[in-house]
Amino acid sequence: MFGKLTWTAIPFDQPLPMTASLLVLVGILTALGLATVKGWWPYLWREWLTSVDHKRIGVLYVLLALVLLLRGFMDAIMMRTQLALATSGAPGYLPPAHYDQIFSAHGTIMIFFMAMPFMIGLMNFVVPLQLGVRDVAFPVLNAVSFWLTATGALLVNISLIVGEFAKTGWLAYPPLSEIRFSPGVGVDYYLWALEISGIGTLLAGINLVTTILKVRAPGMFYLRMPVFCWTALASNLLIVAAFPLLTATLGMLLLDRYVGMHFFTTDGGGNAMLYFNLIWAWGHPEVYILILPAFGVFSEVIATFSGKSIFGYRSMVLATMAICILSFTVWLHHFFTMGAGADVNAFFGIMSMIIAVPTGVKVFNWLFTLFRGRIRFEPPILWSLGFIVTFVIGGLTGVLMAVPPADFVLHNSEFLVAHFHNVIIGGVLFGGMAGVNYWFPKAFGFTLDRRLGLVSFWCWLIGFYVAFMPLYALGLLGMTRRLQHTDDPTWTPYLIVAAAGAVIILGGIIAQILQLVVSIRTRARRRDVTGDPWNGRTLEWSTASPPPSYNFAIMPQVESRDDFWRRKQLREPPPAPQYRAIEVPANSPNGFVVAFFSVVTGFALIWHIWWMAILGLACAVTTLLVFGWTERTAREISAESLAAADLTRATVSRSP
Amino acid sequence: MQELPSPLERADEEAPAVDETDPKMSFLSYTAGLVFALLLTGASFFVARSPLIWSPGVPVGLAVLAIAQMGVHLVFFLKMSTGPDNTNNVLALAFGLLIVTLVVSGSLWIMAHLNANMMPASAIMEMH
Amino acid sequence: MSTGAAQVAGPAAVSSVVAYGFWIFLLSDIIMFSALFAAYAVLSGETAGGPTPGQLFDVRRAGVETLCLLFSSYACGLGELCIQRRRMVGFHVCVAATLVLGAAFLALEIDEFAGMVARGAGPARSAFLSAFFSLVGLHGVHVTIGLLWLVFMVAQIAAQGPKAFVLRRLHCFSLFWHALDIIWIALFTLVYLMGTR
Repeated sequence: MFGKLTWTAIPFDQPLPMTASLLVLVGILTALGLATVKGWWPYLWREWLTSVDHKRIGVLYVLLALVLLLRGFMDAIMMRTQLALATSGAPGYLPPAHYDQIFSAHGTIMIFFMAMPFMIGLMNFVVPLQLGVRDVAFPVLNAVSFWLTATGALLVNISLIVGEFAKTGWLAYPPLSEIRFSPGVGVDYYLWALEISGIGTLLAGINLVTTILKVRAPGMFYLRMPVFCWTALASNLLIVAAFPLLTATLGMLLLDRYVGMHFFTTDGGGNAMLYFNLIWAWGHPEVYILILPAFGVFSEVIATFSGKSIFGYRSMVLATMAICILSFTVWLHHFFTMGAGADVNAFFGIMSMIIAVPTGVKVFNWLFTLFRGRIRFEPPILWSLGFIVTFVIGGLTGVLMAVPPADFVLHNSEFLVAHFHNVIIGGVLFGGMAGVNYWFPKAFGFTLDRRLGLVSFWCWLIGFYVAFMPLYALGLLGMTRRLQHTDDPTWTPYLIVAAAGAVIILGGIIAQILQLVVSIRTRARRRDVTGDPWNGRTLEWSTASPPPSYNFAIMPQVESRDDFWRRKQLREPPPAPQYRAIEVPANSPNGFVVAFFSVVTGFALIWHIWWMAILGLACAVTTLLVFGWTERTAREISAESLAAADLTRATVSRSP
Repeated sequence: MQELPSPLERADEEAPAVDETDPKMSFLSYTAGLVFALLLTGASFFVARSPLIWSPGVPVGLAVLAIAQMGVHLVFFLKMSTGPDNTNNVLALAFGLLIVTLVVSGSLWIMAHLNANMMPASAIMEMH
Repeated sequence: MSTGAAQVAGPAAVSSVVAYGFWIFLLSDIIMFSALFAAYAVLSGETAGGPTPGQLFDVRRAGVETLCLLFSSYACGLGELCIQRRRMVGFHVCVAATLVLGAAFLALEIDEFAGMVARGAGPARSAFLSAFFSLVGLHGVHVTIGLLWLVFMVAQIAAQGPKAFVLRRLHCFSLFWHALDIIWIALFTLVYLMGTR
């Protein structure tokens, strides 16, 4: 009746997972209970859960990312303390089977449910505003994309309470991930969570590519778009190109596990190396999908806080598109040691070194933008300066490992672990934090507390170096990744320092939570009445903070790059605008309902509850058909209300 | 400043009948596409089965015919052209083709080398 | 840039935006197929002592399937012309032809699969067969979804008339249908023709 699901799926006999599960459940129930008691549900349903507004959806994505950052960081703290304790032969406190699930969950959550939603959320919020338009190309699809991503995140977290997670690492390599060696539900949780959220991500990619290429304000030629829009375009082109490969490869693994096929099995002619090849053909573009939007954030922030336009705009564009194409020519560097031979390794090694060049071009452009600028040291630019130093170090270690003979020594060592955390934290995470600090006032109408922003930055920066520089040394000393305990006493001091670094980062995270709480409490002091708190250059700063649902009462006529900056320098005021009624798409529960049924279907497939899976899928499809039967409705906003809103804003921004 | 037409259309509108293309040309275009596709399909089956073609040349011949037929579909059925409002479509197709080429040829090259460097099956059996 | 001139007018028309978005989706779908094509090319020799392509594939049946899909694509194209000019009778005839020919394709393919499974050559027999069933099967799943989608839209037109949003989706369907035929060209060339040499 319930497939493989029994009461033993809940870890009553394991104190650590049980405690974690209870904490998570208490947290969720408290949040839900609070919302019920305070009567927030009508508001939440109307304004957030059924919203198709790209700004709301962007905020939801970033919120999801930040919550999952906490979950992934808990995994990190557990791993760091385990390694600091289980050194020189001591056993530590985490049994190996549990430790394996923790590092697998850590990687899966941080990449798929923290970094991806973080970047997609920023792009969702900012790109339509920067392009001078009212929304993305397909607003309802946008909502569906978010809720499918949330579905995947939920499924991964359910595995904490019901059943187990994969013990294979975040890429679930066969043969270990095949049914023969992982007969439990852990790998299935991983696979279905990623297949479902992968659909959401692909749809988001299609949406943003179409928006950038087909939905721009009049006069917004390609070479007038902000650099962030160019990096968003490149990133979403990569999503469209790479995610199908992930879907296909994980699909093949699912077929092996569920139907007994032999794509990657050890018998029947299967070839596990094929999995490595295909998954990394996705995996390498994936890291560029993550870093390109961060590069875009830094371009915007550095230009704004230097008071200059970005140096070398055209070379930035060329470098971005070059990275986009080149990212599909380097993937073998993730498995140099698998034995493809010198010819193949040499080609991919050389390509991996070449791909560093356009990034170098970008770094120089940022430095030249800062040079002779009047720099204002606000949190966004501090994150950017931290990024430049940190990311360059991480990039250099990457180019070092692009040399196959060096990689044969360093592959899958702690040196590798240090490298990728160096570039992901120093690049993607710092970019996300810069973006949040930069665009928060636009989204919510008040700036974040500056001092706590500085505290969180310094804790993250110092904590990162203390946590990860020792790992470079450990890699060179011979420590491999994914070890549950170590017994070489020379490694112990490094492991303890690394754990201390994690605690400093924890301080940074606490500072960020405090920053949010304090900023909300004291928001009256830091209201953004002009809509332009940073003296920005691009179109999003021409709107109110927060912008009305329709963004622009009248779509701007763009006449140059950094059009808002140009308009600010004009002496004469613009002519009085002529308002006309506009339409905005109405809310739709489509996304939320489809996601609900997707959770049911995913859970049922994981536990082999076939009737529930069929029912869930049928309901999800029916939902799409029901909502697709008629045209989506729109609501009209009259010219009078547009004029009134603009007038209110003009009055408020002139008041002292 | 002129407001632009909303990107949304009214829900209850019936779309006006489109008559911008010459109906005869469109019909001829589809029919020509069908005829070419039939010819190329027949040629493919002939090349694969006939003893008249030099054996090592057959895969090349089949590949060329397949690509030609895909082109026929793109031009005659999918109406791909190089006109100015088609630029985005052509660029997207070129991007897609590039990715497919890189992934498929890269995978074949890599997998061939990996397989070639594997331990011989007899040595693997001895390890059991 | 030539597209820049068109963009002076602001966002593109809805029909253009929808068609382009769907085109991007189709390209992503083709990339997904290419992963399976690559897997098939790598695994097609791994028969694990079981049946080989030459022993299993009926090239003539593949030829009939090809003709069914090709004529179905043709009918779909003519159907687009009819609906553009509101020739509703012609439209329904063309749609019927598209559906019947597509269903014939599926029937032949399901028959082929069933026969192979009955002879012990199912997808779990060997890596080659896993790759075959997945690649050809995925294409068949796409064809099935396409046919159901077409039926749904014909029902919408019957109930609501030729509304603009349905016609945009019909155009997307025809793009989808032609793309499936393009994938089939690659499929029958690589799997059936090259496999049975």
